[in-house]
Amino acid sequence: MVSVSMNVNGKPASGEVEGRTLLSAFLRENLKLTGTHIGCDTSQCGACVVHVDGKAVKACTMLAAEADGSEVKTIEGMANADGSLGVVQQAFQDHHGLQCGFCTPGMVMSAAALLSENPNPSEAEIREYLEGNLCRCTGYHNIVKAIMAAAGQDVSKIAAE
Amino acid sequence: MHNFDFVKPGTVADAAAALQGDEAQPLGGGQTLIPTMKQRLAAPETLVSLIGIAEMQGVCKTDAGELSIGGATTHATVEAEAASLFPGLAGLAGRIGDPAVRNRGTIGGSLANNDPAACYPAAALATGATIRTDKREIAADDYFQGMFTTALDEGEIIVEVRMPIPEKSNYQKFLQPASRFALTGVFVAKYADGVRVAVTGASEEGVFRWTEAEQALGSNFAADAISGLSVSADGMINDLHGTPEYRAHLVKVLTGRAVMAAA
Ligand SMILES: Cc1cc2nc3c(=O)[nH]c(=O)nc-3n(C[C@H](O)[C@H](O)[C@H](O)COP(=O)(O)OP(=O)(O)OC[C@H]3O[C@@H](n4cnc5c(N)ncnc54)[C@H](O)[C@@H]3O)c2cc1C
Ligand code: FES
Ligand code: FES
Repeated sequence: MVSVSMNVNGKPASGEVEGRTLLSAFLRENLKLTGTHIGCDTSQCGACVVHVDGKAVKACTMLAAEADGSEVKTIEGMANADGSLGVVQQAFQDHHGLQCGFCTPGMVMSAAALLSENPNPSEAEIREYLEGNLCRCTGYHNIVKAIMAAAGQDVSKIAAE
Repeated sequence: MHNFDFVKPGTVADAAAALQGDEAQPLGGGQTLIPTMKQRLAAPETLVSLIGIAEMQGVCKTDAGELSIGGATTHATVEAEAASLFPGLAGLAGRIGDPAVRNRGTIGGSLANNDPAACYPAAALATGATIRTDKREIAADDYFQGMFTTALDEGEIIVEVRMPIPEKSNYQKFLQPASRFALTGVFVAKYADGVRVAVTGASEEGVFRWTEAEQALGSNFAADAISGLSVSADGMINDLHGTPEYRAHLVKVLTGRAVMAAA
């Protein structure tokens, strides 16, 4: 067993895990933070994207032991302090950026990582950044639109598709 | 995935000692190895994580005009830190997989794995890189030995990769959109004393040099210089994404594009 301790959404979290315990499993099973979804478990879909030390990673393809000592942020850490939705989350709601919602935690985490690197991305840059986030419902248009809106861009002229 | 012991040494010497153990294997960014272990195609008893080794991190230019890249440097770091020193390489690193893969995957892991469709092998071969391990230095021309096969011994660690910085270079990746690897990719590197062209994703033997194009481009560095050449489909990969003839055709098209885009 390995002892791991990390900060998750600003709070200390620790536990004894097996070497093979994935970060996704540690978050969901040990910490009961089930907002991080597991879609493929093969590093293809991006439903499990979280931030480790500020960078987007696939939690299904990182060991909990590798995240020892890190700052981890999950979808549960994206709301504002008063519990209201954060900017990216609110934009997804306002612009209908989700249907079933399965991919949404990963989409929001990837979008937030993009906006921290590039606060005013073009539509093409958004689509490229989301290359590792698959959505089976929306056709991506409203996800892209929501992220443009979250960046403060005027999306009123973009038709809903 | 079978269970294993996890260790995270702070120096190459400690990592090399840990890798002496039975069934011990290095772990870079885990972007290939973790999925492989989930499929039980690999089942090490000890995983030796290399990401905490400071001497294996980062990118810098050496006095000899080479780009030195630590073996545990992520693709995202190469994209950022090589941008002004060696834009052709930064462009390659910035198009590997997707952002989350680039934040974890490392150059050492990519070269050790030597996937026939991986991007870094093309850059290493086209630049005539030196692969420095914990035991020796290996020239790229001797390092790649066919699909998923390299000159590395069991437990040998890629500590550093040194690439002579070309005057001009470019990598053209024809994306296989499902895997996000290269269906075929070509790296062209122009030096004062010649041109090197390396092709990935195409051959059943893994990455290779297209020497006819190197000669033609050496005397005239222009896309036209290769217009009379043709690439044989013999030994090219045949899968549902592309026939051998299609890949052979792509090699020539992508080489021309790389020459035109080289900067
Ligand atoms: C969705 C997806 C898309 C991808 N797209 C691309 C792409 O377009 N192009 C591309 O080139 N790659 C692509 N990859 C592969 C990616 O670049 C991997 O990061 C890389 O192949 C392996 O690097 P790693 O650091 O993750 O190695 P790991 O997975 O940790 O290890 C891979 C192998 O290398 C060994 N190893 C690791 N580090 C070292 C070292 N320093 N010395 C010696 N041995 C070592 C390990 O023991 C293992 O056998 C993709 C991967 C995914 C999941
Ligand atoms: S669950 Fe991690 S990438 Fe799909
Ligand atoms: S909203 Fe259903 S998968 Fe994206």
